[in-house]
Amino acid sequence: MAARQSASLDRKKFFGDPVLVITILVLFIILSLFILYPLAMLLVDSVLVRNTERYSIAELVSGAPIAYYTENGLPAENGYTGAITVKLSPAQDGLEEKFVPLYSSKGLFAHRATLSDAQSGKTLYIKSVNSKDKTVFTAISDLSTVQETPVTYRQNGRIIKKMDGIELTDLCVELNADNWTLDAFPRIFRDYTFNRALSNTLTLGAITGLGSLLIGLLFAYVDVYVHIRSRFAKKLFDVVSLLPVVSPPFVLSLSMILLFGRSGLITRKVLGIYDADIYGLWGIVIVQTLTFFPVEYLMLKGLLKNIDPSMEEAARDMGASRWKVFTTVTLPLMLPGLGNAFLVTFIESVADFANPMIIGGSYDTLATTIYVRITGGTYDINGASAMAVVLLVLTFGLFMIQKYVLEKKTAATLSGKATRARMLIEDKSVRYPLSAFCVLVSIFVVLMYVAIPFGALFKLWGRDYSLSTKWFAQMFREGGWQAFRDSFILSLIASPITALLSMIISYLVVKRKFKGKAFIEFVSMLAMAVPGTVLGVGFIRGFAGGVFRTGFLQGIYGTGLILIIVFVVRSLPVGTRSGISALRQIDKSIEESAYDMGAGSGKVFTSVTLPLIKDSFFSGLATTFVRSNTAISAVILLVTPRYLLITCRINEYAEKGEFGVACAYATILILITYAAILIMNAVLKRFGTSRKINGKENA
Amino acid sequence: MPANKEPKGVKLDHISKIYKDPKTGKDFYAVHDVNLDITPGTFVTLLGPSGCGKTTTLRMIAGFESPDEGEIYLGGEPINALTPNKRDTAMVFQSYALFPHYNVFDNVAYGLRLRKVPKNEIEKRVTDILSLVELSGMEQRMTNQLSGGQQQRVALARALVVEPGVLLFYEPLSNLDAKLRVQMRTEIRRIQQKLGITAIYVTHDQSEAMSISDNIILMRGGVIAQMGSPTEIYYHPQSEFVADFIGECNFLKGKVKESGETETIVSLPEGAVSVAHDRKRTPNEDCEIVLRPEAITISDQGQLPCQVELSCFMRSYQNYHVRVGEALVKITDNCPINKKIYHVGDHAFISFDPACAHLL
Repeated sequence: MAARQSASLDRKKFFGDPVLVITILVLFIILSLFILYPLAMLLVDSVLVRNTERYSIAELVSGAPIAYYTENGLPAENGYTGAITVKLSPAQDGLEEKFVPLYSSKGLFAHRATLSDAQSGKTLYIKSVNSKDKTVFTAISDLSTVQETPVTYRQNGRIIKKMDGIELTDLCVELNADNWTLDAFPRIFRDYTFNRALSNTLTLGAITGLGSLLIGLLFAYVDVYVHIRSRFAKKLFDVVSLLPVVSPPFVLSLSMILLFGRSGLITRKVLGIYDADIYGLWGIVIVQTLTFFPVEYLMLKGLLKNIDPSMEEAARDMGASRWKVFTTVTLPLMLPGLGNAFLVTFIESVADFANPMIIGGSYDTLATTIYVRITGGTYDINGASAMAVVLLVLTFGLFMIQKYVLEKKTAATLSGKATRARMLIEDKSVRYPLSAFCVLVSIFVVLMYVAIPFGALFKLWGRDYSLSTKWFAQMFREGGWQAFRDSFILSLIASPITALLSMIISYLVVKRKFKGKAFIEFVSMLAMAVPGTVLGVGFIRGFAGGVFRTGFLQGIYGTGLILIIVFVVRSLPVGTRSGISALRQIDKSIEESAYDMGAGSGKVFTSVTLPLIKDSFFSGLATTFVRSNTAISAVILLVTPRYLLITCRINEYAEKGEFGVACAYATILILITYAAILIMNAVLKRFGTSRKINGKENA
Repeated sequence: MPANKEPKGVKLDHISKIYKDPKTGKDFYAVHDVNLDITPGTFVTLLGPSGCGKTTTLRMIAGFESPDEGEIYLGGEPINALTPNKRDTAMVFQSYALFPHYNVFDNVAYGLRLRKVPKNEIEKRVTDILSLVELSGMEQRMTNQLSGGQQQRVALARALVVEPGVLLFYEPLSNLDAKLRVQMRTEIRRIQQKLGITAIYVTHDQSEAMSISDNIILMRGGVIAQMGSPTEIYYHPQSEFVADFIGECNFLKGKVKESGETETIVSLPEGAVSVAHDRKRTPNEDCEIVLRPEAITISDQGQLPCQVELSCFMRSYQNYHVRVGEALVKITDNCPINKKIYHVGDHAFISFDPACAHLL
């Protein structure tokens, strides 16, 4: 074939459209920097071991030796936050200013200290031991546990631990030489903690996946096939399918403890069991199943609705019983869809951090183990990174199977639309037991949610069931306002960014042709397969020392900005997916005609595309807001005492056993997210013209 | 509304487009070495079966696709590297592609607003063009409140109002019902002639192409099979494909017996007939007679014997399928009311005027 000029012409045309080029470039940078790069750093960290040489500190030149901090990062009484200058031993020559971690004999003391030889003599400035640095705070509080007589006192009602006993001479500096090795993986696979966590995670994922699949399938079957007369039951199913969308991930764990824990309302009051132990595998399984089954219910409902009733009627007509029809027609048709739904839940369960954290007890999963490795005293970066890589490989592999194998198969077997309405099952022997079961489960779920506000209102759960507002009062006294403000504002900033980004990405993916489109599509979907904990570790490793440890963008670490970025990354796949499916409905020639009339890419997007997918945009706004407000797994690793996030506070109080305050937070959080959904629906009703547009028939 | 701009000519100079076959992964020519020179102000139709390359050709002119070989000129300027929004073309789409979130006025005004035309002029031009397409008073309607024909008019108005150098039509009538289609195509032709604009029209419907165009370009397999005026193509097809595609057609295979100045005598197994030709043939050459069904008469006396295999009353004509030797010949016998009707199995004769037949 003759020389092709179309490629070069297309390139010329492409670069003739600066808006498009710049947008794609910016997207490339954003996606690489905030999704790919942190994950890549994880990989690097898991194979990169640092040979370190330690230098101990010989002499304090100036400054106070140790700084103390309160829990929310304010300097404690007489605390000193400035730089200290010390002399190193052995003396080092020719050191440029660089960032180094500072160790004591008990572990990491400061994540970042500044080393410089600006003064005569080799000196060390511990500049970055400041309130922003979460790690320092944890490290200090960890060190305090080895104190023989820790001094504690109260300030503003909060306990402050004062740490003595760390002498400056106990500190040392590490200067690194990087070294590539694969030692970390064999090491963690020999590690008992890791192996247990891995098998725990897989067991949990499998049981939860199967459990929610069964319940979800039953609900879907009852909804689609069985004639339900009662309005109440229908309404109940709707509520149950909406609840997990608006609720923070660990709400059910809280109410599980309230209802079935050691001083649980049901276990102790009703059943009189005094040593009920809900912590552990079965606690998580129950909570996760109840959290995830509504998602499966909605997925499978969509599938069942697509089955043409005449197929089943044909089978019935040839003499098959209802059960036979289900096992020989309905089930085989749904099989890929069931597998798909199972994997979705499996991934969610494996990635879940909050529930195992709160109700897991000693049942550690990968997510919680990684969290402990990062925040705990050991600070085993290699190990934690390697574990994060294992978790990522697990979820990512399953995600690929789910997305590219099962989803396709589902579409292949169930692409047809039902030709007409299905004859609903009226048979009482089927109807009653099935719907009774579903109604019971629904009521149970609703009860679990109802327990939360009461948990906040009762004086002392398990002892004193009189109403009081003391938990709310305590919440507001201890930084409640700040937590709501911070969560609210950060989520509010993240929402429009995510909504707009995901609309732009969907537009590019569906409507444009360019090199690197596959990259954009893949990376923005990849974020769906990345567990929050993994992303959090990736962000720590990627940005704590700046991009590639150069200090570039280091400024965002520990700020609200990095939290906003995490919110955006976590919600991007959801928004993009909805945008893509909305755009696929829109005739390509509508945009082509605007393009043909003389509009450039930017103009086409703002004047035609965006108005047509307004609904998707608005729901992206609300979804991001809700998801960001309820997010915990990634941000808990990144949040600093400067910002209080509602979810992290709930986790904190739940860990301390102060369930009243945790419930007070959760109650208000549910109200906020529910209000966001209500507002979205109202906005859609008022301004969402796209439904009207899409509804038009193609004359 | 008088067109303020001169219509532009379009020239395709050795244009080719290569695609990859998704199944075999091999490259093939979707359009191969197409040369065209469209005179400004004419109405040209790209006609052909699906997969013939007509759509690709149109989309290359609009700029949505880039040619792999050759250069496209619009008004004498090469436009290969221009994006669609920078080309002086306006397209009317198959699905109309109206902006559903705008009303009729805003749809039509879209292109003018992009060109930063002053507001009062936009108002005037939109009003004028809407009256031209007979949609006055519908300015505030949303597009989904319009019938298919009205939507088509809006799409046309939207393309016309920017006064493009060339107007492109991509199967604009295929979503309309049969009656409306006929009405709209005369409408399109009327407006095009009134404005004197260059128009390139893509369709697979040969009767639409016949009735609307100054020139037809018939394509097949990415190459031009024949181009010419509708009558030229109908009466002087250069190949069996063209003859068959452009209308119902009978083929009789024979050998040249004798070739004169204007006519050739062809010998068939059933007898010899004389046919008008466009070039002289050598004796004994294989040849094929192209006969339109309406050019044949069936009667008791005639040139070639036949046997009736189908006889069917079709209101304005009687439809016959007759067997002449091996060949099946279709005949439409107009106004059958006063004529003899032949029935299945009857023996008869067919005859035709040499000038109404064509020799391949």
